Amino acid sequence: MTLALYVPRRSVVHRVPAGGKLLALAALAVLLFAVPTLPVVVAALLGVLAVGLGAARLPATALARQARTVRWWLAGLLVFHTLFSDLPTAAVTVLRLLALVLAAAVVTATTRVTEMVAVIERLCAPLRVVGVRPARIGLVISMALRFIPVLAERADRIREAQAARGGSARGIRGLRTTVTPLLVQLLQMAHTISEALDARGADDVPPARGRRSPAPAA
Amino acid sequence: MRFRRPEPRPDAVADPARGIELRGVSHRYGDRPVLTDVDLHLTEARIGVVGANGSGKSTFARLLNGLVLPTSGQVLVDGLDTRASVREVRRRVGFVFQDPDAQIVHPTVAEDAAYGLENQGVPTAERAERVTEVLARYGLAGHADHPAHLLSGGQKQLLAIAGVLVMRPARVVFDEPTTLLDLVNARRVARVIGELEQQVVVVTHQLDLLDGFDRVLVVDGGRIVEDAAPRAAIAAYRALMERR
Ligand SMILES: Nc1ncnc2c1ncn2[C@@H]1O[C@H](COP(=O)(O)OP(=O)(O)O)[C@@H](O)[C@H]1O
Ligand SMILES: [Mg+2]
Repeated sequence: MTLALYVPRRSVVHRVPAGGKLLALAALAVLLFAVPTLPVVVAALLGVLAVGLGAARLPATALARQARTVRWWLAGLLVFHTLFSDLPTAAVTVLRLLALVLAAAVVTATTRVTEMVAVIERLCAPLRVVGVRPARIGLVISMALRFIPVLAERADRIREAQAARGGSARGIRGLRTTVTPLLVQLLQMAHTISEALDARGADDVPPARGRRSPAPAA
Repeated sequence: MRFRRPEPRPDAVADPARGIELRGVSHRYGDRPVLTDVDLHLTEARIGVVGANGSGKSTFARLLNGLVLPTSGQVLVDGLDTRASVREVRRRVGFVFQDPDAQIVHPTVAEDAAYGLENQGVPTAERAERVTEVLARYGLAGHADHPAHLLSGGQKQLLAIAGVLVMRPARVVFDEPTTLLDLVNARRVARVIGELEQQVVVVTHQLDLLDGFDRVLVVDGGRIVEDAAPRAAIAAYRALMERR
């Protein structure tokens, strides 16, 4: 599993604010569904590739990896529309999805998690009225991204330890014998994590003020 | 000066010369005593803490920055009571845990290093500058944008240390910082600790980490049973363990 989506580079695309990139992504989606013609879709796809591989200097593998995750879906759409619609519709549908997936990949590969989270925090700012602290939401998202790989690693280690003693990690039984010790480890770890947050001043956050970005006028 | 914000409590005046004082401190979890009658005044630059598993070392360490509050007695840091001024105390006393994975809370290296500064409300530009500086100091400059889970164990512990030191605490407590590391990385972390200008309290089972320390405490059954220079204290600790 990899969540290492960000590809550090010095490029114009990287420097565009996260909010701008997300808006552009949304605009592209609207355009492609509003004007679903082959020239527009092909132009969009080429444009995305030009921005990703050219302007942002991303490695082709970074984009290919994302395309691969939807390859069966693309194949399914292609077959479905070829059979039940016509070839041009099939082409438009498949290329449109591909363009959007690659565009999303370009945005995630050129935007730090922090910036993305800051946008989410800004979007959540109105929730302040009902007492929610947007900074807390941001922290939760960051921590989820941080601890998913840690969890996967711990689960692997437990499975290894069981395999080393002749256990098998297959089937429901295997699942149960992995999950129980994993939960125990998690609970212990959660305690330390909360102490570590405290030790670094998690409660120090000045209220009524965003942690990462200047708060919008309140 | 170190003080960014004045202490909100006018009666609590900080005096950095006072160090850390424990006055008649006891701690119990439920009705189980874990530390009993600890009276200490810690002013030395390098203080070690040794003792068997379960003797109360981690509880002792956590008392020093208010992560654990004493059930009786008082802990004062620079004259500030950990009970009354816990935030200010935590700004003065950094804490590094044994397991680096449990203290790195952000997905990438630079983001994690910045976490404490965000909490303190340090402005973005200064934050970036201090993070760059601290990552360079601990050999992590080239990893700023890398996912933290791709670092080696030693690098993770260095990141954990960086994330604490970037906040510029006057004192740092380490709870078994090298226990999970291999020899090379343990030495590296030991060297980093040795070079700190801060007052340092280190809980450890790796006795060579205590070379050159000013004072070593031996904890046994929740009591400080020895308090001396490293050589004498370690000899007493060995004798104690052999009697088991
Ligand atoms: N949060 C807790 N709740 C209950 N008991 C605890 C807790 N933390 C530690 N203890 C118990 O207190 C004793 C001392 O623990 P600790 O301070 O972690 O010792 P050490 O770090 O020397 O191994 C142990 O017996 C431990 O089981
Ligand atoms: Mg301990």
